[in-house]
Amino acid sequence: MSYLLDIFTIAAVSVGAFFFLAGTVGLLRFPDTLTRLHALTKADNLGLGLVVLGLLPRAQGPLEALKLVTVWLLVLLASGTVSQLIGRAARRGSLLE
Amino acid sequence: MTLASALEIFLAMLVLASAIWTITARGTFAAVVGFVTYGLLLTLVWMSLSSVDIALTEAAIGSGVTGILLLGATARLEVTEKCTAARSDTPLHVVAAIVCALVTIGLAAVVLALPVPAPTLAAAAVANMPAVGLGNPVAAVLLAYRALDTLLESAVLPLALIGVWSLASDQVWGGRPGFQQQLDREGLLVFLARLLTPFGLLTGIYIVWVGADAPGGKFQGGTILAAMWILTMMAGITDCPPIGRLWLRIVLITGPIVFLAIGLAGFVVPGTFLAYPAGLAKPLILIIEAALTPSIAASLGLLLAGPPERMPEG
Repeated sequence: MSYLLDIFTIAAVSVGAFFFLAGTVGLLRFPDTLTRLHALTKADNLGLGLVVLGLLPRAQGPLEALKLVTVWLLVLLASGTVSQLIGRAARRGSLLE
Repeated sequence: MTLASALEIFLAMLVLASAIWTITARGTFAAVVGFVTYGLLLTLVWMSLSSVDIALTEAAIGSGVTGILLLGATARLEVTEKCTAARSDTPLHVVAAIVCALVTIGLAAVVLALPVPAPTLAAAAVANMPAVGLGNPVAAVLLAYRALDTLLESAVLPLALIGVWSLASDQVWGGRPGFQQQLDREGLLVFLARLLTPFGLLTGIYIVWVGADAPGGKFQGGTILAAMWILTMMAGITDCPPIGRLWLRIVLITGPIVFLAIGLAGFVVPGTFLAYPAGLAKPLILIIEAALTPSIAASLGLLLAGPPERMPEG
């Protein structure tokens, strides 16, 4: 059982790390602000979500698991809002390049 | 080489790279972004050294508050920077580089000259913790063994605020610091402020409270409280109070004054400045922390809000 959980953790964290890598490559390579934001959200939402999912079996009790999920939800809230704000500023022209 | 030490070396290289990037960045804005990144990487370094207290402080104050202060300064400098950009400061840069290099070499020499194992007071700090009644050795150092340092730190914040306020012009003295007033029309920031602030307040108070027995404390928690206050001000839900208000001044200085009063009372009972009477250490420390937290949060929030820019009304 613990062996299966180990495999699950390694797989989920690795896939999460891959999304971070893909998001970073997108951030560096995509041509304009809106597509770069699109790349970033992949790292924040999917990448961190998968890392948290992979770490859940490691949590020492339900409270710690709840804290991990809360961290992910708070990051989702913050990154979603910030993306909207940057996108809005970009549409108004101050950040488009 | 183990995987852990390989990771640490990689982290150290990243810190160095971001430091160099910050120094060589062309624009002020880019340099500030580099500085914030540098602070977050340092946070990871402190975590890998198991110094969670310092990691929290670095993330909250070193990277967060300082980063936002520098961003504010960048915005204000935008106008004047274009005028000075043409001037060449090469000799000044060379002197600065030499002095920095000398400091770095000196620090490296000191670190390398330390005997192995390095001299430490950690054992003594932990041995005396029952007398202080705290479970977190870092809190015991900050509020009992080296309380004088913490007292001075808490007194520095109001002084820094006076420095910021002294930039105000006479007409607006006593007025409100200059944040945008109108409620965010598309409601994004309002949404974030309404949803995040309760979580932030809870987390901030929790971090202050848990600081006695686990990593945390008034500076880290106070920073989170200040961040929530700034967020509600930026969203336009609350307005920054005029700096002339008496209640605001009282909130700002209550913490340092309570700390100083308890320190002076130490002359009477145990006989020394900042010494706590036996058995009363824990409650007195809790009183100091409780009094300092609102002062720190208000000071940091007002530091970020900047000097007053709008006329005091009435």
